[in-house]
Amino acid sequence: MIWTGLQVLLSHWRANLVQLAGLLAGLALATGLWSAVQAINAQARANYAEAADQLTGGQFDRLTHPDRDLTVADFAALRRAGWAVAPVLEGRATLGATRVAVLGVDFVSYPPLPALEDLEEGTTPIEILITPGRGFARPELVARLTDVPDLPPLISTDQVPPGTLLVDISWAETLLDRAGLLSHMILLPNAEPGAQPLSEVISGLQRDGASQDTDITRLTDSFHLNLTAFGLLSFAVGLFIAHGSVGLAFEQRRPVIRTLRALGLPTRRLAALVLAELCLLALVAGLIGLVLGYVVAGALLPEVAVTLRGLYGAPVDGGLELRTSWVLAGLGMALLGTGLASVQALWRIAAMPLLDSATSQTWMRQSREGNTLRLLTGLALVLAGVLASLTIPGLIAGFALLAGLLMGAAVALPPVLGWLIDLGSRFGKGPLGEWLWADMRAQLPGLSLALAALLLALAANIGVGTMVSSFRLTFLGWLDQRLASELYLRAENDAQGRDMAMWLEERVDAVLPIRSAPLDDLMGAPGRVFGVADHPTYRDHWPLIDSTENAWDSLASGEAVLINEQLARRHDIWPGQSVQLDRGWEMPVVGVYSDYGNPSGQVMMGLDHFDARFPTVPHVSFALRVDPSQADALAQEISARFDLPVGAVVNQVEVKQTSLSVFETTFVITGALNILTLGVAGIAMLTALLTLRDMRLPHLAPLWALGLTRAELARYESQRSVALAALTALLALPLGLVLAWALLNVINVKAFGWLLPMHLFPSDWLTLFALALATGWLAAALPARRLRRTPPADLLRVFAHDR
Amino acid sequence: MIVRVVAWLVLLWPASAFAQGFAGMGADAEGYALPQRGKVFEFPTDHAAHPDFRIEWWYLTAVLTGEDGEDYGAQWTLFRTALAPGSGEGWRDPQIWFAHAAATSATDHQHSELFARAGIGQAGVRAEPFEAWIDDWAMIGQPGEGLQSLDLTAHGDGFSYDLTLRADTPLVFHGESGFSQKSPDGQASHYYSQPNYRVTGSMSLSGKTVEVTGEGWLDREWSSQPLREDQEGWDWFSLHFEDNTKLMAYRLRGSDSDYTPGTWIEPDGTAQYIKPGEIILTPLREARVDGRDIPVDWRLEYAAKGVDLTVTALNDQAWNNTNVVYWEGPVRVSGSHAGRGYLEMTGYDPD
Repeated sequence: MIWTGLQVLLSHWRANLVQLAGLLAGLALATGLWSAVQAINAQARANYAEAADQLTGGQFDRLTHPDRDLTVADFAALRRAGWAVAPVLEGRATLGATRVAVLGVDFVSYPPLPALEDLEEGTTPIEILITPGRGFARPELVARLTDVPDLPPLISTDQVPPGTLLVDISWAETLLDRAGLLSHMILLPNAEPGAQPLSEVISGLQRDGASQDTDITRLTDSFHLNLTAFGLLSFAVGLFIAHGSVGLAFEQRRPVIRTLRALGLPTRRLAALVLAELCLLALVAGLIGLVLGYVVAGALLPEVAVTLRGLYGAPVDGGLELRTSWVLAGLGMALLGTGLASVQALWRIAAMPLLDSATSQTWMRQSREGNTLRLLTGLALVLAGVLASLTIPGLIAGFALLAGLLMGAAVALPPVLGWLIDLGSRFGKGPLGEWLWADMRAQLPGLSLALAALLLALAANIGVGTMVSSFRLTFLGWLDQRLASELYLRAENDAQGRDMAMWLEERVDAVLPIRSAPLDDLMGAPGRVFGVADHPTYRDHWPLIDSTENAWDSLASGEAVLINEQLARRHDIWPGQSVQLDRGWEMPVVGVYSDYGNPSGQVMMGLDHFDARFPTVPHVSFALRVDPSQADALAQEISARFDLPVGAVVNQVEVKQTSLSVFETTFVITGALNILTLGVAGIAMLTALLTLRDMRLPHLAPLWALGLTRAELARYESQRSVALAALTALLALPLGLVLAWALLNVINVKAFGWLLPMHLFPSDWLTLFALALATGWLAAALPARRLRRTPPADLLRVFAHDR
Repeated sequence: MIVRVVAWLVLLWPASAFAQGFAGMGADAEGYALPQRGKVFEFPTDHAAHPDFRIEWWYLTAVLTGEDGEDYGAQWTLFRTALAPGSGEGWRDPQIWFAHAAATSATDHQHSELFARAGIGQAGVRAEPFEAWIDDWAMIGQPGEGLQSLDLTAHGDGFSYDLTLRADTPLVFHGESGFSQKSPDGQASHYYSQPNYRVTGSMSLSGKTVEVTGEGWLDREWSSQPLREDQEGWDWFSLHFEDNTKLMAYRLRGSDSDYTPGTWIEPDGTAQYIKPGEIILTPLREARVDGRDIPVDWRLEYAAKGVDLTVTALNDQAWNNTNVVYWEGPVRVSGSHAGRGYLEMTGYDPD
């Protein structure tokens, strides 16, 4: 009986191959997209972790001195005071013709480095420590450094980041010409603090948390959050499809189920059979989804890698690894999704009276009376989300808000569409027009799930797209702020700096000194103050989030300062208020600027005022404004004239272009995901329309009998589908914008501590609207074509079997 | 990194009593100075490091009684090992320092290990006023007093101690006026001690802090090739008897024969060399420690002085699970002489 029961249940799918395909495609697409995003994120994170492991430094608190280089004596002093620290000397050097990041560590006190774990035969750790020592680099770098004299013997390893030469600190001193100096120290984990506070051992020593050098991590986190949002939304959309298909299948199988029950199959066993059937379907769909996800991830990852590498310098290689955990998670999600989508159907089977009517129309009669309830439920979900976001602390709140918004909107969609259709039907002219509106209304319950899926897909597209684009604009603005000048230049000392400034005065449009000094007690924490010249470079480029009128004039006159966003948000200081720069030193704030990736507070003040306050800060760094076409030539001239090392003059145009092109790549990824989610929604509509088609024959037959041709009917079907998609798209726009707002203003602030300003991209909406219409039309194309080809006999039969 | 590199160092050139890699110690001492018979010690200079030699240590053990009446032990050892002979500037100095400290009671044994490179001030030894340090572990003397007066501090997971040590008797030179032969073939070290410290201070062990008093023993030893190739380890005793005499004895375990010299020390510090073979060491009981059998109770016989002792470990599990593992802990002495002391045992392989 069990076997027979299962066969009977499965026979439904044989008879309804399109429905089966829809269900499998929905689940597979949902699982696939979700898994693809997971794979990309996991791969990127694994690469970050690998890089972090290779250098290990990022995991530890970092000690620096804002005013001077740390010395070996400082290291010994901290050690003797009981602080478990390890010294690091790093910098860039030109070895032969190759620019290399030199990382020098004390191999004895530094935490274990993977590069040294798998030493080749014949190299002992002792040889690394004593002259001539050893250097570690990627094979390609080793190849380029082969003929460079005065280097330690090099060992090829993949266990150091690209472009990095890892050496003992004694070698770093030589290569960087910084004998006795350190760039920073790391504080080793699990070590008890020394007897004296750090600042008593070395006054002014600055300790930054392990996250200090994670500007990168923060920025990439933002990026991964986008991807994850896409993944989850795709999955939600997929669930709608599955829910729709499963629900429909069960309604259609009511007679079968009733018969099986009547033949003596117990409810519990029947439910178990249905569950087994669903698991089977879920596994099949899950496997297809995994293959799909792997393909999608594999196709997108090189782009993602390029983006992350280029934009953030984050070390991601383009290769994709197949992880067991990923496979299991994907299958789990497919099962979970199928389960969630089927709870209602299973419940109905369990609750179905033995002698219930065998008709399948009940499902279609999702009635008007339910609409009010649905609307209220939707509102309640949105409200719950808002309430949760106000009461729960942290990032969870942001996600609760998103969940509430999306679920609420999805639930409330059918009544709202119904109301819009009712509104539209007033304009229906003539019997045909009125019928069209009424028929659309009647079709709504059957399509509502697919439309909800479309709504979510569109809203997600708008939301995430807006977030990514806003992020892009903001980041570019930030880049402009940092890289507004054509050339950046660093002198070796104060005297050379002054010579350079004089020499350059007549050759460039402007020489803008970059001067900064540490602040010990900027609102109670260490920070930094920058002196800026009064120049259009700043007035025109510096992106201010908030400012008073004439902020730049106040700044130039030394009356007031600008502060960065982190400082503003942390202490809720905004233009018009004042900020404490140091004990007993307060200044009014006239503006707040964005400063992504910097965890500590920062202040900008007029250069004259800065010079008066910090007369001893050397003149070594300058930004040069010059005709961009002459920047390269000038850079070479400066280098030659002042005998500067490579890297002392930087042309930022190239850097900016690289960043820009990388962002365009990001758009390729976002675009691809957009299309894919829309594809999922399109399939949802297609399956819904296909299943509706057979049921709708009784509705269409009378119209045919009244003289409408099948082609006309098919056209109306397409138009109606497009109209519904259009209405949904219209509703998706505000929802998407609210979603974008929540992502930018709630999730980002909670996750990263800064607010990204929201930029609107109406042209994107138009594209998306067109895509939605296309989705609606494409989804209706196949059913419409079938309708056009329905044999008249079928239509006639409707009257013969008049139900 | 620490673990690997220094394990290598120690394996290749084991300092003092360190286990299995003793094969390395028998190697030619390329470029290193060798101990010379008849060397005239110069103080305070010789209290400081001898970078031309391969290995060197400042090895202090103290047997202590707490205000609670319980027995305790403390170990403080600073090792220097040269990766290449001589010294260099800053990070280029080819010397490595490392240190072990431990605190032991009848029921507890905690130890810790530190590493540092020479040349940068993180660790080192200064002759006058004497100071030996690594990180914030230190052994600090008084100006003009050589090693006679020391303040000693160390800490690690689960233990710490601050001890003050005072000695009135002169330094004791082992072997032939400080030239201590390690095998009949001539391998030797320079070796002297101050075995006669009175110790006061405090010790914390597993959360409990006690005031302690007792006796301390400092060994100074350096060499470039102290062991014969076949010598796999040793059992080393430093014993304080209640009549204020002291005995230092050790057994270098060779594959063919053991080598068992010693030093008998009178209360006034007068030392008498004990030739190999005069002391008979017999293991009485083995304890299972870290997967191996270690003889923790011994019979020690030295007929010339009527010595016939039973030496019993205070804590069988006084195991230093450092990069190179060894047993180091306080012992109780009974039999012809009562007293207490320290026992160090190296080179016992797990089975």
